[in-house]
Amino acid sequence: MIINHPLLGPRDAAEFIYLGDASLIDRPDWQAEDAAAKFYEYGYLRDNPAGQHQELWYHEQGDRSWLVVTRNTLTHEITKVELARDVARTRGRDK
Amino acid sequence: MRYSGFRVLREGLTGNKGWKAAWREPDPKPEYDIIIIGAGGHGLATAYYLSKEFGMRNIAVLEKGWLGGGNIGRNTTIIRSNYLLPGNEPFYEMSMKLWENLEQDTNYNSMVSQRSILNLIHTDGQRDAFVRRANAMFLAGADAELADEAQLRRELPFLNFDNARFPIKGGLYQRRGGTARHDAVAWGYARGADSRGVDIIQNCEVTGIDIENGRVRGVQTVRGPIRANKVAMCVAGSSGRVAAMAGMRLPIESHVLQAFVSEGLKPVLPGVITFGAGHFYVSQSDKGGLVFGGDLDGYNSYAQRGNLPVVEDVVEGGMALMPMIGRARLLRSWGGVMDMSMDGSPFIDKTETEGLYFNGGWCYGGFKATPASGFCYAHLLAKGESHPVAREMRLDRFKLGHLIDEKGMGNQPNLH
Repeated sequence: MIINHPLLGPRDAAEFIYLGDASLIDRPDWQAEDAAAKFYEYGYLRDNPAGQHQELWYHEQGDRSWLVVTRNTLTHEITKVELARDVARTRGRDK
Repeated sequence: MRYSGFRVLREGLTGNKGWKAAWREPDPKPEYDIIIIGAGGHGLATAYYLSKEFGMRNIAVLEKGWLGGGNIGRNTTIIRSNYLLPGNEPFYEMSMKLWENLEQDTNYNSMVSQRSILNLIHTDGQRDAFVRRANAMFLAGADAELADEAQLRRELPFLNFDNARFPIKGGLYQRRGGTARHDAVAWGYARGADSRGVDIIQNCEVTGIDIENGRVRGVQTVRGPIRANKVAMCVAGSSGRVAAMAGMRLPIESHVLQAFVSEGLKPVLPGVITFGAGHFYVSQSDKGGLVFGGDLDGYNSYAQRGNLPVVEDVVEGGMALMPMIGRARLLRSWGGVMDMSMDGSPFIDKTETEGLYFNGGWCYGGFKATPASGFCYAHLLAKGESHPVAREMRLDRFKLGHLIDEKGMGNQPNLH
């Protein structure tokens, strides 16, 4: 697979480390009443779709950036690559 | 029809006209006591043990494609019970004992071959870990044997003992481990279950699970609705998709794992050899092909095929372990979809929906588990409680904190 890095252009997927579902950006509030239940869901449960999947890749053998890659799990086709930083900011996680 | 040497002789002398199909092709009935979703190894084994050991006959096994067409036909056929943790090892040892008697039990030649499995040791720390593992295996009644370098140099002279990065310093043998003919395992269980009245319905995809007031009532299929008060999911690889029909999210990611086979060679490998440090394991099939594999590709996939970097990685591992493999030509490679769970261990449990059961999360170790998985799942379905050796394989263990994490990797499925 070739990942079209937003800053570096097309790079071999072998340069990256795969973390998993991009919902891992949405870390729950640790002070909430239901924090234990929310962290269980956050840490352990996955949608695991067959089709479009947003996921986190880390460019370890490159510029050490985190990317959100939109990829089809049935065909491995990559349709969108964004910097995870930008995705997190648009989701209101600017801290 | 009972298979025997006498039968082979008689059919041979009478033009082989007396053989019958190994199983029927029934149409689905409107209602069953139990519906098993998935006619793979585990689903068929479940139906087999339900009908044979627990006296239940009114069972349907529904299969989207053809029976045995999933991971039971795509694995590297290794059987072993060399686990460490008490939540796993007694289960896998039960499986090994069922393997040892499988052919007599099912009256089907599954080609179970206890040709041994060897895990290689490269460091003192690894030896300590394997000594501990061997003791854990003894506690569960399994066999284990520690081999030193001199013994391995005598037995396996073709290994690269002096690899600069991973010199071979010994190994942990399980002599009762080995291989089995994977397709024949599915066929033997299918034939045994079918002969006891289980309906195995192929080309019958489940498209929905009917739930009323928190209780399962049946399934919707491409061949119409079928009612049942117990529905048992058994679709490792596609667990996420099927569980989603019941509104469940699982502690599972689907990953692709590749496997490879070389052209047929004369016998060169006595048993199964695993080279954990180099992410490579290999055995030789009875047909002569070297069957080998390595790591997951590492990303979520339902594609049943992988990518080239992993092919290169696996073949490099093979060359590092036994340079003679470079003389063999690669014949085929393929991929299978694994349920990778959050701690690397499986699930055999009830769900929050009454009457709905779940079996999955086998990671890349489902084949060896087939007999015990079927037996324990049948126990759960028939008696409503977990079999003692599968008691820790709970679906809610992450909520409770009782993980079964053999490798200690945490909730990162592609590292298990």
